[in-house]
Parts: sequence; C-alpha cells; structure tokens
Amino acid sequence: MTTSSLKLKDLVNKDIRLAPGHRMCQGCGAAIVVKMALLAIDKPVVACSPTGCLEVTTCISDSTAWKIPWIHSAFENAAVTLAGVETMYRALKKRGKISQDMTFVVFAGDGGTYDIGLQSLSGVMERGHDLLYICYDNGAYMNTGTQRSGATPFGASTTTSPAGSAVPGKLQLRKDIVKIMAAHNIPYVAQASPSHHLDLMRKVQKAVSISGPKFINILSPCHRGWRSKADDAITISKLAVNTCFWPLYEIENGKMKLTHVPKEKLPVADFLKPQGRFAHLFRPDNAWMLEDAQRQIDAEWAALQATQACEASGN
Amino acid sequence: MKKMTAVTGNEALAEALRQINPDVCAAYPITPQTDMMQRFSDFVADGLVDTEMMLVESEHSAMSACIGASAGGGRVATATSGPGLALMWEMLYVASGMRCPIVMAVVNRALSAPLNIHCDHSDAMGARDSGWIQLWSENAQEAYDNFIMAFRIAEHPGIRLPVMVCMDGFIISHSVGVMDFLADDKVQRFVGNFTPQDALLDVERPVSYGPLIVTDQYHEYKKAQNEIMDSVFAVTEAVASEFEYLSGRRYGLFESYRLEDAEIGIVVLNSAAGTCKDIIDEARENGVKVGLLKPRLFRPFPYAAVAEALSHLKVVCVLDRSDSFGAFAPLYVEIAASLYPREQRPVLLNRIYGLGGRDFMPEHVEAVINEMTDIVSRRIAATPKKYISLRQYY
Repeated sequence: MTTSSLKLKDLVNKDIRLAPGHRMCQGCGAAIVVKMALLAIDKPVVACSPTGCLEVTTCISDSTAWKIPWIHSAFENAAVTLAGVETMYRALKKRGKISQDMTFVVFAGDGGTYDIGLQSLSGVMERGHDLLYICYDNGAYMNTGTQRSGATPFGASTTTSPAGSAVPGKLQLRKDIVKIMAAHNIPYVAQASPSHHLDLMRKVQKAVSISGPKFINILSPCHRGWRSKADDAITISKLAVNTCFWPLYEIENGKMKLTHVPKEKLPVADFLKPQGRFAHLFRPDNAWMLEDAQRQIDAEWAALQATQACEASGN
Repeated sequence: MKKMTAVTGNEALAEALRQINPDVCAAYPITPQTDMMQRFSDFVADGLVDTEMMLVESEHSAMSACIGASAGGGRVATATSGPGLALMWEMLYVASGMRCPIVMAVVNRALSAPLNIHCDHSDAMGARDSGWIQLWSENAQEAYDNFIMAFRIAEHPGIRLPVMVCMDGFIISHSVGVMDFLADDKVQRFVGNFTPQDALLDVERPVSYGPLIVTDQYHEYKKAQNEIMDSVFAVTEAVASEFEYLSGRRYGLFESYRLEDAEIGIVVLNSAAGTCKDIIDEARENGVKVGLLKPRLFRPFPYAAVAEALSHLKVVCVLDRSDSFGAFAPLYVEIAASLYPREQRPVLLNRIYGLGGRDFMPEHVEAVINEMTDIVSRRIAATPKKYISLRQYY
C-alpha cells in the first residue's frame, strides 16, 4: 500500500481536517494530536469522539470544526458508536450501496478510554472492527475540571485527589492501557507523543494501513490540569519521553518494538518539575514519592527493554 | 386460503426480521428476548438474510451501535427486555434526539430488585418519555404486524424517529399462538427501500452528529421534537390503512371493544386485553354493559380520541402492569389526563395487576367488573389505587 510523504514541505500543503475556530484552549495537546493524526491519513476519515473536551469544543450548536463526517453520542461508548458506523459501512458496501474506501478513527480522552469507556472499547477490540482508536491521554477528567482518572499518574494532585495535609495526591498507579489493549491480541497497539511528530504520524499511518482494530495511546499535555505553562505542551511531552515516563513503542502482531530510545535517560523529576500538579512531590517530607515514581518508571522501562531484547533474540 | 401457522411471539418477530432483512442488527442476549435474536442469528448463519449482526457486550453498547449504524445511513433493528432496556436508557434519548429511525422489539419484563424475568411493563414505561414512538401488542399477530408497520412509521421522511414495539414477555414471547404471516415479497414491498438522510457515511457531504447545544437553543430543539410527535398520529393511521389493504387486518391508534353502549369500561395494554375481552363477552350475556379500550399507540398518546371513547362511561378501571411507587401508575395517569378536560367524565380506578408475571385470571377481570357495577348501582366510593390478585399471608 502506498503511503504519502510525512515530509514537512508536503505536510504544509495538506488540508487540516480539523478547522481553525474550534474552542480548545490555547496550547492544548489534544488539538495538536488530532491534527497530526489526520494529517497522516490520506483516505476519507469518519471520526467519533465521546463526550469530553474535544467534543464540546469542536461541535457547538450550528458550528462544527470537523471537515470530515463526525459523530458524538455519549461518554462511555465512542468505540462501539463508531463500530456501529463501520458495521453499516460494511453492510452497505456488501449490498453495493457504497463503493468509496474510507477509514474510521475514534479520538477519545483518557476518562472515556481507561475508565467509563473501557467495556465498550474492549468489546470492539474483541469483535475485530476495522477502526483505529486514538486515546489523547492527559491523565485526568479535564473537561469537568481535572478529576482523577484511571490514567492519572502516581502522585498527581487533582481536584478529587488533591495534595492535602493527610493524603499527598493520588497514591495509586495508572492503568497500563497499552498492555490491556495488547492483551486483546489486536494487530497493532502503540504509544506516541506529539513531541516526536514523525514517530506519531508514522504510527497512525501504519495503523490505518492494517485492517482490524488498532489502538494508539498519545500523550496530550493539558496545561490547565497539569498546571504548566500554556506554551509548554511540546517541551513537556519531550521530557515525558526522555525521562521514560512515556516510552515510545509499538506492538505489531504481538511483537514489541521501542521506536525511540532516549540518548540520555533523564530523571523523572525533570518531567514532574514544570507541572504544578506534582509540586508537592518536591517537598522534603514527600521525598519518598519522588523515589517511588522513579522506581516505577525504571521498572517499566527495564521491562520494555527486556521484552524487546528477548524478542530480538528470538526467545 | 390463508396459511395459518402456530408460532411463539419471539418466532413471529424473528420471522418479520428475516423478511425485512435490515442492514444492521446489534443485540445482546436477555430473557425473554433472547431466543428472538438466536433465531435471527440462525437466519444469518444460514444465509437467509445478509444483515450485519453485531453481538455486542451490553445493551448500552447495542443501542450505541444501533445509533452509529443508523446515523451511518441504513436500516437498523434490535430487541431487548426489562433490565436491558433500562441499561439502554441514556442512549434511548440520544437515538430520538439524533432522529435515528431504529426499530426495537421490547419483550416486556419486570425490573429488579428482586430479580424477576417475567412480564410486566415497568421497562417500557420507564422509557415512555425518551422520545421513542411506542406501539403495544396484544398477541404475536399484533406484534408481527406492528413490527412491520414500525419501519414505515420510523422511516417516514416527516418523522425519522425510533419506534419500540412492545409485547408481553413469556405470555406472548414464549407461548404458541396462531399466526397469519404475510408473504416475503409483500412485506418487502410494504417496507420498501431505506432512504438515507444526512448519512454519516456520505464523505462527499460531511455532517456532524451530536453537537453540544446549551441554554441558547436546547429548549427549542426539545420543542421541535414534541412537534414531530404531533404528526405521528396521522402517519400511524395512514400506514395502518395501507397495511389493512395488504393484510385485511385493521389497526387504529387504540382498540375500542364494545364501548359504544357501555356504562363501565376497562383500559388495559397488551395480552391481558384478550382475557378481559372474553370476560366482557360473558358479562354482556348477563346484561352488564361493559367495554374495553386497549391503547396501541402509547407514545405519542392520543388524548382527545381516548377521551371521546371513554367520557360517556360511568366508571372506568385502568389496569396497569407496572407501578409508580407512591403515585398512580403510568397508564392511569394518561387516562386521567385524557378525561380531565371533559365536563362529563367517569369515576376512575387504578388497579395494579400482574407484576413480575403474576397470572392475570378471568376471576380477576370478573372482580373488576363487579366492583365497577357496585359503584354504579350502590354509588359507593372506591379506593382509587389498589393491587389485585394479591396473595394472602397468614
């Protein structure tokens, strides 16, 4: 299958299918993620979003920012809503009522993916619908005001896991959604970051070239919830990758591959420091939290490297 | 000569689905609906239909998938019961708000707790305000006929709303009755081809479904939804007269049985109407002037016509197979609302029967008729809401 160029000089001439004028915050990671993903796909796209930031800011009353067919039905069911559309596509194609080739993409936040939407997502993956599910992961329920989610990292202060005098933020680990998806034995699962745009777009391009269910988890900085600077989305995502807080890898037909290995693995504190949600981790009495966070990241990174080494050696 | 067949209600609706051969069908197993979709899955597996089946992981997902498929631009059907319909509740409003002409068989079942798989109408009554059109059916024949007509009503260009066709769980879904099936080609010609409108799959003309609409326009949207409902009466009647031409069976917005010269009347939905009609015939032989009204179109509700049919009566007993705890039951409320504007109106009783599949027997109808007769002859006051056929515990 031919894929189009991801060179910047070619990308600048492509139509961005999420129109300007939407109401996402200045510096929002999700808007960047959606635009990058759409730029990487050449075929007509039919998209779906659950209730959330992206949805409420892109289609309001008589206005829509979507230049492609797009549907929102509720919060917990983006995967199956689009699977319904995709099934109708197959039905109409089979009956000769539609001939055009198209691709189906969900853009959902972490709340609609890790938590309330997990059942419907799991069902869609198990049934093998031909669609790509992209999670823009900002690690909390940002649309309702930064409540903790199953994606909120250890230690983060949110409005429902606030760093108080008795409890210092969220004490639980986030779910490993990529492994949960990989456990469905679907053909393609990946993790990406907008700081590494070529890696992100290559993954999207590869995903849509594969038939069957695909899942990509993409880091999506939210400066409102993370309490970082509005123009720091890319800088912070880069730190997430280079501290190995957010490893870039893919699992294709069960085979895991790291797609980026930082030249120098930075301490996780470098990623946490610019974010107000982790400020309390830098208090002397919470030093154990910083150590715990580092330990978790080191363990995950070591496990990923070991898996890759194991697969490379054919064991 | 007509070919009559003995089938269950579930078989009848599975057969209707086979004849209609919808583009997409998404469903989840739940008693007592389950064997309808099992039978339809057989048709799919044997190539008798080429419907795309989605066997999803919950009823919430079943309705979500139906919404996506319907927005995609094709014909969609599903079926559910009791707790399944309750789990769909959020999405029922989305289906009607997005004008998705989905047709759903609701095999009526009680709601938990305590867990009960048998018939009552709590499920569909819980969904009565969801913007779905509701057709109710006394037996398998009516369910089959209503189901076929439902596609025409749902997909009518002036309506484009989802329709649920209700039939009693087990009492109809699992018991064998005599049926007159229409020929496949007759059904297909009657239902016709699906005409997509604002199809999501039309990539040349992209549309957005499901916007955020807040205080500025939401109120008007909901009023518009109410206005569409106003035109459902005429369409339902027009579809019914076309269907009568096809089948010889006549359907109105409700069935009026021996009401014209009656003094007392029963109002009841679905299968219990059959038992009532038998006992009414017996009572008539004994000189009791009793009749019956059986609503068919419950949403939208034909208030004025119902009032016209009932206002001359002295006593009306509304039999409800669902309850509203601490309040009158749903059917009673509609009948009371119908009659209130009338200067002349009957004494109105609300009797709750058959919850969770409790048998509704001829003697229960006789007791209701006797109570109404007493009220007429002795002018005694009656408790407005009571439960009938309660067991006595000592």
